[in-house]
Amino acid sequence: MSLNTQLVRSLKAPARPVWEEEPNKAGLTAKGGLLVLCCLAVLGPLWIVLVTSLSPKPVIDRVGGLVVIPQGITFVNYTELLSGGQVSRAIMVSVGVTLAGTVFSMAVSVLAAYGLSRPGSLGHRFFLMTMMATMFFGAGLIPTYLLVQSLGLTDTYLSLILPSAVSVFNILVLRAFFMGISPELTESARIDGAGDLRILLTIVMPLSRAVLAVISLFYAVGYWSAWFNASIYLSDQSMMPLQNVLIQLVQKNTEAPTGLQQAVRTGQLSALGLQMAVMVLALIPVAVASPFVQRHFKKGMLTGAVKG
Amino acid sequence: MSLTAGRKPDGTRPPAAVEEPAAAVAAASASAAASVKVRASRRADRAGKVPLRVRWRRDRALVLMTLPVILLLLLFNYVPLLGNVVAFQEYDPYVSSNGITAIFHSPWVGVEQFSRMVDDPLFWGAAKNTIVLFVLQLVLFFPIPIGLALLINSVIRPRVRAVAQAIMYLPHFFSWVLVVTVFQQIFGGAGIIAQTLEDHGWTGFDLMTNAGLFKYLVTAQAVWKDSGWGIIVFLAALAAVSTDLYEAAAMDGAGRWRRMWHVTLPALRPVIALLLVLRVGDALSVGFEQFLLQRSAVGAGASEVLDTYVWNMGIQNGDFSYAAAVGLVKGAIGICLVLGANKFAHLLGEQGVYKK
Repeated sequence: MSLNTQLVRSLKAPARPVWEEEPNKAGLTAKGGLLVLCCLAVLGPLWIVLVTSLSPKPVIDRVGGLVVIPQGITFVNYTELLSGGQVSRAIMVSVGVTLAGTVFSMAVSVLAAYGLSRPGSLGHRFFLMTMMATMFFGAGLIPTYLLVQSLGLTDTYLSLILPSAVSVFNILVLRAFFMGISPELTESARIDGAGDLRILLTIVMPLSRAVLAVISLFYAVGYWSAWFNASIYLSDQSMMPLQNVLIQLVQKNTEAPTGLQQAVRTGQLSALGLQMAVMVLALIPVAVASPFVQRHFKKGMLTGAVKG
Repeated sequence: MSLTAGRKPDGTRPPAAVEEPAAAVAAASASAAASVKVRASRRADRAGKVPLRVRWRRDRALVLMTLPVILLLLLFNYVPLLGNVVAFQEYDPYVSSNGITAIFHSPWVGVEQFSRMVDDPLFWGAAKNTIVLFVLQLVLFFPIPIGLALLINSVIRPRVRAVAQAIMYLPHFFSWVLVVTVFQQIFGGAGIIAQTLEDHGWTGFDLMTNAGLFKYLVTAQAVWKDSGWGIIVFLAALAAVSTDLYEAAAMDGAGRWRRMWHVTLPALRPVIALLLVLRVGDALSVGFEQFLLQRSAVGAGASEVLDTYVWNMGIQNGDFSYAAAVGLVKGAIGICLVLGANKFAHLLGEQGVYKK
């Protein structure tokens, strides 16, 4: 089957039930228009950011700001940002914290979700209550800050991971999914002599790929997007993750990342172009990863819940 | 302090982006269903038929697996809870080298911090902003995901549906830093609208620094970021509606709109009720990062909400005791709101967050 017929087939609507009235032109147009408008509201701004970050400085200067219609493409903003310096370091920090944090969060969450997946086990009720109660109260910013400080975590990357490593919601979704796996599978493994850890690793986890992907994405996005903890727990500017650097550039009106200010002042680079390039760098991982996992969203979040 | 893991500004904010209705529903129904299923076996164990020693030997792997999370939660969620005692002190962080031991050396002042709060116009300003924003979000934000879900649900081509959903979900995964920056580039003083207007002779357009319109601006930002994501839970509810109902309604002569009114909307009612309860219970948390990020642009007067006030007084000004007192009051009101909203849902015959 050629790609073309494949495309046509996938765009063809499935048969309409006989009892449903034929749609009228006006309704279809309104619906389509609304849908396109919603999508444009999301993609439009992203397009402008992307195009501006790829535009040469003369173009940005001529337009007098953000560029909507691409006129010439250059990657100079990206090569400058990625060739060492503040932004490169911030990207390394963000990638490192995101990877380490996601692995740690997933490890403890999957273990706990499995540990709590067999009702009636020792301490099950107590552990579950201890966990769920935290969804109804927060300890408060001030006491948490004092605790992190007195644990000596300030100015370490652990302060970006440990205080926010556990999401009870995520654990409950994982747990619901694990509980939906048919007990015959795990029981037969147990009879064959497998321990709980082995059952988790060889039977439960391979069967839960969808939900594991979704929850990993949630954790990763959380770490990637976080900036507040870094802003209160880190004082060393060179340790700051990407989001915090972006705040400094855009919100605090710093002209350009340290190291590139000279180039901006002498007119080699556009400050706006650089800012937009940093934004794109912060966007890319999320924009690439989330549609990839999208087909699992509903499955992961909702079948997990329904099966309870 | 804040209720429900959503958008809370304390250090323990879960990184996961799941503090959303969808997950809330997941969590609520999961826990409810689980507790029913299990009752029988638990009763058997409790009745002492299985000795503790045997249960330990049988379940120790499970207990050990659960322990890391429990320890993390005890350390970062329960221990700081005790730290709220500083609200009744005149806490001095410098009285000892360690923030926690300083609590034992700080003088007790009773409810002085709370009476200070009652006389503090800044606190009341923040409280007023919080309530205004909550109402705006409820009126302007809440219905949008429902409408979008109906729109998406009426598209029958699977490919179009999938693409539209992928695009609408996307902003949810952007950080607030990105969202605020995007808005700044469009509505700000150097943004795309200001540029276009300037080219046509109008100058001075800058929505980002306009204190009067700020509340609408932040609501629009929230809509842009999260209304697309909000449709997931409604789509799931819609998918569960049997087509027989629609067919029967059509046979009885109900047109498109009547079917929506008499079949679709009643099917969504429990979900809407649950999300409303969650939203009202979380009324005092209207967002935190969003306001912190725009504080310098629009000024503290318009952007101060209770959460940012705690941050400002505590972390910025070092007035830890006062900030903790504000946080404590907010948390206490929050718990009352959750319980109250839930009670109300029960009165209406809906299930609410937890069962009666």
